[in-house]
Amino acid sequence: MRGLQDIPRFPAKAGIQSVTSLRSVFAALGSRVRGSTPVFLIALCVFFGPTPATAQDRLPPAPYAYQQLRDPAQEAKAKALMEELRCLVCQGQSIADSDAPLAGDMRHEVRSKIAAGESPAEIKSWLVARYGNWVSYDPPFDGATALLWLGPLLFLALGGWLAFGRFRRGANDDEEGAA
Amino acid sequence: MKNRWVLFVPLAIMGLLFGAFIYRLVTPAETLIQSQWIDKPMPLFDLPPATAGVEGLKSSQLADGRPRLVNVFASWCIPCRAEAPQLEALKAAGVPIDGIAIRDRPDDVAMFLREYGNPFDRIGSDMQSSVQIALGSSGVPETFLIDGKGIIREQIQGVILADQVPGIVAKLEAMK
Repeated sequence: MRGLQDIPRFPAKAGIQSVTSLRSVFAALGSRVRGSTPVFLIALCVFFGPTPATAQDRLPPAPYAYQQLRDPAQEAKAKALMEELRCLVCQGQSIADSDAPLAGDMRHEVRSKIAAGESPAEIKSWLVARYGNWVSYDPPFDGATALLWLGPLLFLALGGWLAFGRFRRGANDDEEGAA
Repeated sequence: MKNRWVLFVPLAIMGLLFGAFIYRLVTPAETLIQSQWIDKPMPLFDLPPATAGVEGLKSSQLADGRPRLVNVFASWCIPCRAEAPQLEALKAAGVPIDGIAIRDRPDDVAMFLREYGNPFDRIGSDMQSSVQIALGSSGVPETFLIDGKGIIREQIQGVILADQVPGIVAKLEAMK
C-alpha cells in the first residue's frame, strides 16, 4: 500500500483501551487501527480514499525499485531474496509485493548489493542486524520460533497417543464383548 | 463414564483459544519495528545537502565529542510538522541536532524549513532511503541519540512529545 509510511507514527494510544461493546471488537476485527467506530471509518477513508499529496513523497522510485537486473541469474537471486524479506510499512507483504516507497528503496538496496557481488545470505544478515529476524519471512529456529517448528510434531505425537489409546480400548472392548 | 468432567476439556480448550483470539484483537501486536542497530557506530555515509543553504551530513561529523540527535524526517511527513516545536525546544536547550531528509526534494525541504523552522545544524538528503535502511529505521519521524564517539545509543520512533524533551536533554547530558 502506498503512502502509509507515516500512519503507524500517529499516537495510536487512544482507542480500544476500554472495549465495552461488541462493535468495537468488530472495528478491531476490520482494521488494525485501534479505535472506536468513527476512528475506524476515518481509517477506512485513509486506506481506500485518495492519498493526500502531502503524505507522500514526490520523488520517482529508486532506479532498481521497479527495474530488473540485466543478468537473469543475478535477478533471480535478488527476486528470491526480495520475496523472503518483509516490508516494514505493509507488514503483511514481502518487499517484492509491496508498493510502499520504503519497499521500493529496499528492493533497490537488494538489487544494488547483488549487482555489486554480495551474496543473498550476506544481504539478509546485513538487514537482520538492523531490523532483527522480524524482517525475514524465514526466521531461524530459536526459542521464539521453536513452538512454530515443533508444533506439528507435537500435535502428531498427541494424535498418535490418542489414537493408540482408542484402538487399544476398542480391542479390549471387543475381547470383553466376545467373552 | 469414569469422569464426566473430562467431557468439558474440549470446551475449556476452545474457551482458552477464544480468549486468546479476543485478547490479540483488542490489544494488537506491536507493529513498530525497533532498530537493532543500537550501541553500534553510525553507518558510514556522506549525504549531500537536502536543500540550498544547508550543509550536507557525513557520518564522520557525528563523532566530534558532542552528544547529539539525528532526526530522520521528511517534508511530506505530516507528523514531522507536529514534531517541529519539540525540536526547537531541544535546540533551545543546547542540543545539537542534525537532520536526514528521506526521499525529499530540495524545494519541498526549503518550504518545510520556512514553515516549521530549522533546528538542524546540517541536513543530509537520503534520496533512496539507503541511510535510513542502514540505521534500521522503518519510518518517519525517528530520532537517534548519538554519543560523542558517534555510537548510536537510542532510537525514538514517532513524534517526540513535549514531555519527552527534558528526558532527552538529560540523557544527552549524561553521555558527555
